[in-house]
Amino acid sequence: MSSVAAIAPVSAVPFLILAGIRKTYPGVVALQGFSMSVAPGEVIGLVGENGAGKSTLMKILGGVTQPDAGSVTIDGVQFGGLTVGGSMRARIAFVHQELNLFDNLDVAANIFIGREPAAGGFLKLVDTQKQRDMTAPLLKRLGASFKPSTPLAELSLAQRQMVEIAKALSMGARLVILDEPTSSLPLSETDKLLEVISALKADGIAVIFISHRLHEIERAADRVIVLRDGTLAGTLDKAEINHDRMVKLMIGRDLKAQTAASGRPRGAVAMRLSGVRTSTYPDKQVDLELFKGEILGIAGLVGSGRTEVARAIFGIDPVFGGSLEVEGAPYAPREASEAVARGVFLVPEDRKGAGLLLDLPISQNISLPDLPRHTSNFMVRKASEHAVAETQRRNLGIKTPLVTTLAGSLSGGNQQKVVLGKWLSMQPRVMIFDEPTRGIDVGSKAEIYRLMRGLADTGVAVMMISSDMEEVIGVSDRIAVMHEGSISGVIGREQFSEENIMRLAIGKPLSAGETA
Amino acid sequence: MTKKDIGLLILIIVVGAIVALINPRFLLPINLANTANLIGMFGLSALGQAFVIITGGIELSVGSVIALTGVLFVDLIANKGVPWPIALAIVVVLGAVIGLAHGLLITKLKMQPFVVTLCGLLIYRGCARFYTGDSTAGFGFGQNFPELEFLAAGRSFGVPNSFIALLIVAVIMWFVLHRSIFGRYLYAVGKNEEAARYSGIRTTVVIVAAYMICQVLTVLSSVYFAMYTRSIAPSAHGNFYELYAIAAAVLGGFSLRGGEGSIIGALLGVVLLQELQNLVNLLGIPSSLNFAVMGSVILIGVLADQQWSAYRARRQIVEAARAPPTGAASEANG
Repeated sequence: MSSVAAIAPVSAVPFLILAGIRKTYPGVVALQGFSMSVAPGEVIGLVGENGAGKSTLMKILGGVTQPDAGSVTIDGVQFGGLTVGGSMRARIAFVHQELNLFDNLDVAANIFIGREPAAGGFLKLVDTQKQRDMTAPLLKRLGASFKPSTPLAELSLAQRQMVEIAKALSMGARLVILDEPTSSLPLSETDKLLEVISALKADGIAVIFISHRLHEIERAADRVIVLRDGTLAGTLDKAEINHDRMVKLMIGRDLKAQTAASGRPRGAVAMRLSGVRTSTYPDKQVDLELFKGEILGIAGLVGSGRTEVARAIFGIDPVFGGSLEVEGAPYAPREASEAVARGVFLVPEDRKGAGLLLDLPISQNISLPDLPRHTSNFMVRKASEHAVAETQRRNLGIKTPLVTTLAGSLSGGNQQKVVLGKWLSMQPRVMIFDEPTRGIDVGSKAEIYRLMRGLADTGVAVMMISSDMEEVIGVSDRIAVMHEGSISGVIGREQFSEENIMRLAIGKPLSAGETA
Repeated sequence: MTKKDIGLLILIIVVGAIVALINPRFLLPINLANTANLIGMFGLSALGQAFVIITGGIELSVGSVIALTGVLFVDLIANKGVPWPIALAIVVVLGAVIGLAHGLLITKLKMQPFVVTLCGLLIYRGCARFYTGDSTAGFGFGQNFPELEFLAAGRSFGVPNSFIALLIVAVIMWFVLHRSIFGRYLYAVGKNEEAARYSGIRTTVVIVAAYMICQVLTVLSSVYFAMYTRSIAPSAHGNFYELYAIAAAVLGGFSLRGGEGSIIGALLGVVLLQELQNLVNLLGIPSSLNFAVMGSVILIGVLADQQWSAYRARRQIVEAARAPPTGAASEANG
């Protein structure tokens, strides 16, 4: 894993230097006195909480916005700021979290979109063969296992990111900026991406790698730049990079990021799944027990059927066999409303699409599942909604002065708290969290873990689906690992390790007699 | 009332004033009463349409349903001797069943609203023509239904009863849409059906109910239309009425994407549309240009509204940018 740093000599001469950058927005100083440099073949990890100024820095590098003060020096030529064209001429390329790719085209067509080689003639037909021939060497450089003619739709997320990176290479990029590339990648895919980064490095291409997943930064980066409140909080060299130091710089204090195990004995069975079959894996069965007062982590690769199980429990997807029980009583939800009526709640993976109504105020989001409680004579009483929302705002620390604020204007962490508040204002028995901290900054993550632990301590059964290894190990009391639609093993705290989880996730058993 | 509604109201008044200046007959009681009657009838179906549009759907079969239930109603009371309250109940139930069928096709069988209701448009028109053998349905000589005629085509204190009916329905529907749980669910489903479902709302029930409300209100308007025209040619009666309803809702600030719009907006949209119709008649514009005038006004209205919102948003940013920056804080998204 230190292989990344071992390859390729790092040339000491930086080609890009930012000095004394300052950028203000109405009411906000986004960056102040920020300086950094990038040398060829260097992998720079860029970390900071949401709002630390990372986006602004990216916008300045991309030429989307210009700094108010300071300078950008490229190959010794000093500029007051970059334009979009200037950034492209400087051969800076971005791979954004949301990929700009076309599902209905093949790899080569995606790479050369807008720059297709034409076969000449009046119609300017696309020279598909030439396009593929030009793509092949790029894919080879990145060590990709797919072909230029592979339809994009057949590629995994990590492979699609490779396509974006290949696109950057095709434009002769010498600095590739990866914005949260691993946040939606499963573990096995993450390794692939880190390999691609080392391939870039070997070619002398610099990489800026933005991530909330500090372990990956630890593995990939030669140097880490930490932003806090718009200023440079610190720079860590290869030898100094470790998780705790980064966190300390990011938040300006030590953080007990993970909650300790409760240590208290778990309660009775809150929910039991017996031979449950879902539509994605109708030939597999899921058997699982969830106890009151525990946090059960559900690990596994993306696509192993974890979200499908959660959706089935919540009544969104139909169950195709087997049975469920809640507190000993049969439970067969046909709709989410029936799950809600039984106190089984889900905080979904897709926060913006399924968790919240972004253009409704916080108060209406929170009251939505429980509206009958806020009514008299069939009319909704706003005062009652406000009171409940206000309580949740205070208890959960949702950072906004008014509960009439639109949910869409909050940061990711605060949005997630609103989703939580929606359920906490009712009486949860079973709370399912699907990727609860994806895209959320470190500080808010810790708060969400605390809230989860608090729920468990009041006797609620908590189930947490997560692809973040650190999170699963740090937060769970037990971990169930899924592999291709069934539970490949359930392990207790004494067996928690990345290696054990990984083994189960790819379907290998733990050494004999170890499964609990 | 929102700013948008007030803007629409001002537009209605200004257009009214101009028409009145050019042709004072606009303000004659007989003209106002006639226009009010048309507003009442078209308004009922527009309110129904509004409920469907809020969910992000569309109901194209309105005109055909008006023809079908119109001929049925007239036939039942004129030829079959069914007492009118029972005939009314029959057509209302038929409307509810049609709405239920549309709603179930859309929610349970996941068909697109446009397709389902377009087929409805064709089917019900065909049924209406077949039912009467393509001949005009009407009342025999000397047939009278005094109570019904009073309620449907009469006036109270000079105000057409259809207009009063619209006001009563509008008040009820205002409470339903803007104050009740069901109304909240409608908006939630329209804004983001997925999130509504994940909040434990029975979205299928909400959507089906919207289509049922739409058809029941449409049937009510159909009875008013039937008693107003008193003879119904099943191939032409109610043609394009769904488009009048949709146009009124769009003028009134509804988004066809769902989740936006108000009862007052829909009502003002209907008033403006009928005012425009009236304007065409009174100002001696060839009535063949009727649709062209309506279309242009809707296009300009929606365009102006969107441009105005964009302009205001830009102004706000410009003003904020002029203020001195306050102390260090965090940016919006990191």
